Amino acid sequence: MKKVTIYIMPKQGVLDPQGKAIQTSLNALGFSDVEEVQTGKLIELVVEDHEDIDKRVGEMCDKLLANPVMEDYHYEVEEVART
Amino acid sequence: MKFAVIVFPGSNCDRDMYHAVNKVLGMEADLVWYDNSNLESYDAILLPGGFSYGDYLRTGAIASASDVMQQVKAHADAGKPVLGVCNGFQILLESGLLPGAMLPNKHLSFMCHHEQLTVSNHKTRFTTNYKKGEVIQLPIAHGEGNYFADDETLSELKQNNQIVFTYENNPNGSAADIAGIINNEGNVLGMMPHPERAVEKLLGSDDGIKLFQSLIENWRDAYAVNT
Repeated sequence: MKKVTIYIMPKQGVLDPQGKAIQTSLNALGFSDVEEVQTGKLIELVVEDHEDIDKRVGEMCDKLLANPVMEDYHYEVEEVART
Repeated sequence: MKFAVIVFPGSNCDRDMYHAVNKVLGMEADLVWYDNSNLESYDAILLPGGFSYGDYLRTGAIASASDVMQQVKAHADAGKPVLGVCNGFQILLESGLLPGAMLPNKHLSFMCHHEQLTVSNHKTRFTTNYKKGEVIQLPIAHGEGNYFADDETLSELKQNNQIVFTYENNPNGSAADIAGIINNEGNVLGMMPHPERAVEKLLGSDDGIKLFQSLIENWRDAYAVNT
């Protein structure tokens, strides 16, 4: 089995109000050194071993998990033991 | 003219939409559950507002992957009218039936009030009963209505006259003040404001009724010519 960890972030320049709100809050708590916050999503999948895993994960991201109009993604694949 | 109002788990403006076309405009209409549907017998498809699938992943994303949206695509490809309002608009964007995407409102808050809109294109099959540049009042109710598209897409929308409604006082940060756009073929309209909640004076505005009347009259004209 493989564990796929997918990181999805807003594209550079796309409004990220959640990130802005977190930054404002951190600044208010006294962390004035925080100059920028960006938020995104992390999605973990456990999938069967497959020789085309990269192609399939790419398709999953393009078809559903990320919206290419406003988001970028990358992912990591690691081996996990079958439970 | 027969309307289908598609109901997803989490739709909550489906009955408002049904009330507008059936009770107010007197048209035949069905509430059609998303997984139990053959849309061939319908002349127009309405995607109502709400929170389909709890807005999980992204607004409209899960609904866009449902089987019924394949049928909606086929219906749209055949040139038949599709109207998506609010979450329905978000589903049309996620399905690729309209270009662009929705971001959270610029000032973060969920907004629910009436807005003034300009009818930027009164020559679509949804807007012929409005006057050129007419300013109308419709309610909005959304947390993610900040329309986003890249510069190339925005200039295409402008060039092809696909921007149908714009906000007078852009409440959510939408690019080019966009409140509603139509596809290049002119049969798929998506808009964030709710015309179905503005079809009777009792509701504070009946400015939305002309949209449904335009659609019905244009359909009748085309049907009368073809038969």
